[in-house]
Amino acid sequence: MRLINIIPGRALAAFLVLLPFALVLIAYAIGSDFRLTANPSDKLLPAPSTIGDTVVRLTTEGDRRTGDILFWLDTWASLKRLGLGIGISASLGLLFGLLIGLLPLVRSTLNQFVAVLSMIPPLALLPILFIVFGLGELSKVVLIVVGTLPFIIRDLSQRTIEIPQELLVKAQTLGASTWVIAIRVALPQIMPRLIQSVRLSLGPAWLFLIAAEAIASDAGLGYRIFLVRRYLAMDVILTYVIWITILAFLIDWALRYASRKFFPWAEEGL
Amino acid sequence: MSFVTVRSVFQTYGSRPIIERVNVDVDEGEFISIVGASGCGKSTFLRLLLAQERPTRGEISIAGAPPAREPGLDRGIVFQRYSVFPHMSIRENVMAGESFRRGWGRFWGAERKAALARADETLARIGLDHVADQYPATLSGGMQQRLAIGQALVARPRVLLLDEPFGALDPGTRIAMHDFLTDLRTETGMTVFMVTHDLEEAFKLGDRVLVFDKPRWDPQDPNLNGATITYDFDARNGGIPFQTLKEETHVLEEH
Repeated sequence: MRLINIIPGRALAAFLVLLPFALVLIAYAIGSDFRLTANPSDKLLPAPSTIGDTVVRLTTEGDRRTGDILFWLDTWASLKRLGLGIGISASLGLLFGLLIGLLPLVRSTLNQFVAVLSMIPPLALLPILFIVFGLGELSKVVLIVVGTLPFIIRDLSQRTIEIPQELLVKAQTLGASTWVIAIRVALPQIMPRLIQSVRLSLGPAWLFLIAAEAIASDAGLGYRIFLVRRYLAMDVILTYVIWITILAFLIDWALRYASRKFFPWAEEGL
Repeated sequence: MSFVTVRSVFQTYGSRPIIERVNVDVDEGEFISIVGASGCGKSTFLRLLLAQERPTRGEISIAGAPPAREPGLDRGIVFQRYSVFPHMSIRENVMAGESFRRGWGRFWGAERKAALARADETLARIGLDHVADQYPATLSGGMQQRLAIGQALVARPRVLLLDEPFGALDPGTRIAMHDFLTDLRTETGMTVFMVTHDLEEAFKLGDRVLVFDKPRWDPQDPNLNGATITYDFDARNGGIPFQTLKEETHVLEEH
């Protein structure tokens, strides 16, 4: 039988899904064990049990000075920035995507401009943002917006252009104005695409968030990682990295779920 | 004056003429079938009738109105594909025929209730009431086209344009759709233009069959000349002309 025709059954598929995770964990455990037997005070690869203890300590014990649990404060600070940044990007992206996609006048004006803007490396703008908006929350949110907005605009305007011309003509023969076509035909059709776009933008958004937090901040997941790096606290760093991964995965899953739930007619391609 | 008047219409894309010197008069309530080989400007002519494109020269006017600059309520259209809105349920698709002309594209309150009732009536008439809450993607090709025709008719256009509406359907469904369309037509008495590849269909449904073809053919440069209407058949009475008496005959009615 050809390899392309061998399809795993349910049990085998589940096993295969878990396999790479298990292999990485085992590899880590062995590596960590090696180093720790050679030098019990090694900090580079802390034992899985140590990481477990760190997780419990970080999530339950308050800061010695203020009594706040920094882990949750960091999480809240980062999620707030991420949510604001992505939220603003998504709203503006939707607005401009629709305008560029539907109106030839706006397309002629902005399409090339956005294409050029999207070539600017956002991190190169970070110093400017810090100078203009200060070191507070605003500059971090703006960095996420600057980093993700051009992509969302380009993606959504392209999707809007791809709406079959027949549908737009049909709507016109039913007497729809430009406004009605925008809100009743184009908008609902690109909403699932917006969710897709946001899902794809979340990776860069986390990147910009952590970069901004690493450089100037006083709370946040990225800030904490770069702070404890000075003490070689690998257990804390690993905990935070795993936590960020879980958060990113959950957000992605929630968006996919929302897309299926609210746009059941767009089943294919999700 | 005729209902639809087409006067020496030329359409040229770049330097390439598609149709030339098209003249035709259509009376209200006539069913016009348009046939011709691929690339002979049938669909272009339909787009001109729809006002999706404007002719390079000449004018098309419907009911004596000045030539339209963009598609509007007076012209309904059913395409071969993409004629219904995939993001709306079947019922909403039918309601769109009435609600899209409103400021927000929808009805509210009591008006909405009345519109829902009317939509259900329409759905029952076109035989789609059992799937009213589903999305078009779940319908078969024939049902989707029935919905598209129903939706177009709800808007009460002066002229209905059909662009190969049954081209993608299997033969059985196609015949059922012919009956459906004939019924609707006797009910509404609408003026219809239908582009089709199927000659039998064209003669079966149409009152007149217009044939688009290139009258001149340059072997060196086949794209030099555009197409025009080369035949205009009377397709009533099974395509056999002079079957209807034009004179008043009182002889048989005398006692």
